[in-house]
Amino acid sequence: MATTKHTLVALVEDKPGVLNRMASLFRRRGFNIESIAVGHSEMPNMSRMTIVVDGAANMVEQLRKQLDKLVVTVKVSDITGDAMVARELALIKVKATSATRSEIMQIVDIFRANIVDVASDSVTVEATGDEDKIDSLLSLLRSFGIREISRTGRIAMTRGISSQPETGKGSSGTRARRRKVA
Amino acid sequence: MKMTGAQIILDGFVKEGVEVIFGILGGAVLPLYDTFPQYPQLHHILVRHEQCAAHAADGYARVTGKVGVCIATSGPGATNLVTGIANAHLDSSPMVAITGQVARPFIGKDAFQETDITGITLPITKHNYLVRDAGSLARVVREAFYLARTGRPGPVLIDVPRDVFMEQVEYHYPSKFDLPSYKPTLQGHPAQIKKAARLINEAQQPIIIAGRGVIISQAYAELKELAERAQIPVITTLLGISCFPESHVLSYGMLGMHGMASANLAVDATDLVIAIGMRFDDRATAKVSAFAPRARIIHIDIDPAEIGKNVRVDVPIVGDVKTVLKELNKQTTTTDHIEWLEQLEEWRRQHPSTDIRDSQGLLPQFVVRKIYEATAGEATIVTGVGQNQMWAAQYYWYDKPNTLISSGGLGTMGFGLPASIGVKVGRPDSTVWCIDGDGSFQMTIQELATIQQERLAIKIAIMNNGYLGMVRQWQELFYERRYVATPLSGPNYVKVADAYGIPGLRVTRKEDVVPAIEQAMAEPGPFLIDFAIEPEENVYPMVPPGASLVELMEEPKKEEAIWPQRSTP
Repeated sequence: MATTKHTLVALVEDKPGVLNRMASLFRRRGFNIESIAVGHSEMPNMSRMTIVVDGAANMVEQLRKQLDKLVVTVKVSDITGDAMVARELALIKVKATSATRSEIMQIVDIFRANIVDVASDSVTVEATGDEDKIDSLLSLLRSFGIREISRTGRIAMTRGISSQPETGKGSSGTRARRRKVA
Repeated sequence: MKMTGAQIILDGFVKEGVEVIFGILGGAVLPLYDTFPQYPQLHHILVRHEQCAAHAADGYARVTGKVGVCIATSGPGATNLVTGIANAHLDSSPMVAITGQVARPFIGKDAFQETDITGITLPITKHNYLVRDAGSLARVVREAFYLARTGRPGPVLIDVPRDVFMEQVEYHYPSKFDLPSYKPTLQGHPAQIKKAARLINEAQQPIIIAGRGVIISQAYAELKELAERAQIPVITTLLGISCFPESHVLSYGMLGMHGMASANLAVDATDLVIAIGMRFDDRATAKVSAFAPRARIIHIDIDPAEIGKNVRVDVPIVGDVKTVLKELNKQTTTTDHIEWLEQLEEWRRQHPSTDIRDSQGLLPQFVVRKIYEATAGEATIVTGVGQNQMWAAQYYWYDKPNTLISSGGLGTMGFGLPASIGVKVGRPDSTVWCIDGDGSFQMTIQELATIQQERLAIKIAIMNNGYLGMVRQWQELFYERRYVATPLSGPNYVKVADAYGIPGLRVTRKEDVVPAIEQAMAEPGPFLIDFAIEPEENVYPMVPPGASLVELMEEPKKEEAIWPQRSTP
């Protein structure tokens, strides 16, 4: 069966050991996770998790049900087919000399990324967007020499019914086109 | 009111209706045990190994429907529980396990008898807790019992540091608690039930495959109504045995690796499988790609994660079996499937899977059948794991609900004796027979001491073939009779029993079987019979590993059958 990337969003209790329970389940049932990102949600004592998994639809559905079965999870949804906003944050430390620094800054500018740290032989770039955008930025920066990369993995949510089209800063440009809202 | 952590736990037990606790004490749980005298209504049964505390609690839970409770100390006590907890988890048995833990300041320091038992039991419990303050203990106990017995039942472990047992806090038992994330679905979806009813009403060759979910939900009457109204043959899984009377004309016995030939053939030919409270275990389905190839499948289960896990399902119904069947029965029509039932009868005549051949030697099938006759089919049978378990499943006919207690999912050798302790405690008025193998029995033989100390009238039948018999059978059939590490010596079991103060007999001849069983039944207390059975007797039918249900091996014809197939009323 064809595998595709699925985005699962889970609302979970914010308690010690919750991440362990979920990680243990991935391991025990043999699910291969591409990324997992966790943080506080709008509710006190609740965290929201975004899990990206590559697999066949029935396998991912089984993963969703197993996660949902954990006592600490409130709701797990597969939002892959829904209209959604998905973002990732990356920090990239690039080798930079006085000769290359301005070229790097131009690329960073085109990608609406920021330079958050400058040293004599490197700059650190902060970029936000979907995975494709970050991958493209990385491939352009690679020629300068990359020292270190740290990526958060995808965070995602479904679009609001009457949400406005994206504009201005922080948007990921043309790649994350807004899908039709039902 | 101020109470210690230990008092809060025991008070919680009383409020949750606990009467019996199985356990072994140790340093970390000493403060809890020291509190027991304040709660004389709680009966503590001291077992001889923590694994058996869990198995006994499991057996108790299976026959009473109540939550079984076991206690172990930190470190080795807790790790010894692990097999018993995993066993309860796979067979959906409600259990609360309390483990002691080292005092809070020592946690994470590799202190004496410290082990991360919540980490270890993460994948084998329904949920678990490490209690870090006595203030949360009342809520945790309340939640644990609720989680263990509701939805799909299972084991819940509470790990309590030694100093939390002794900590004094203000106490009131919570009347309400909030588990926002835990809401088992009980009602089946009406549209799905309607769809299922239509499939049932249209089916030409339907079968019911019933599992332990029917027993847990106590849906005996509803299952019977469904089967009788539309004249649908009932096949069960191993753990579904005794959810439907086996002498019923519509009962076709167990399916699977050692299932009845007629049941397996029916699964292959059927056009509609109505799977009720079962989970398509590989021992039941055999080769899953060849399972019920012509059939649509209706799957009724309380656990949504079981739907579509192993086999494709056409109509999933998530809900409590009893509730769903009640609704379903309103929508099924009265029909008969005369040709289909005749076909099954024909298969049963052609493949008499429970005939017993004539033999000079002592056949285990003969022993089980004689126990069946002596108990008039009214006993509760507890088994070990292996050949003894299969013979007990095949040659005893279970008419009374929930009378076969066996380790299905985990297949835990050594389950029989400790589980029968819990069974007898939970069902004191029932005759309890533990049908065990000599391999299984030796794994938990020390529980004879518990049986003696508690004066439990458990009748033990050891099917002694001097082998780890089921593995030997595989070696015979698939490893060219290379009997590596299966020949098994044992003690003189009668002398061992005698040493524990339990009377016993060794039976080597066929004609001594019935008198021995009668003597065991006449004895008011426990009794052990060591049956020296044919050493290389095999379990048939057998579906070889990797084969489909119809590729079954039947018993090679040796001598003429003298024990007729049971007559169908």
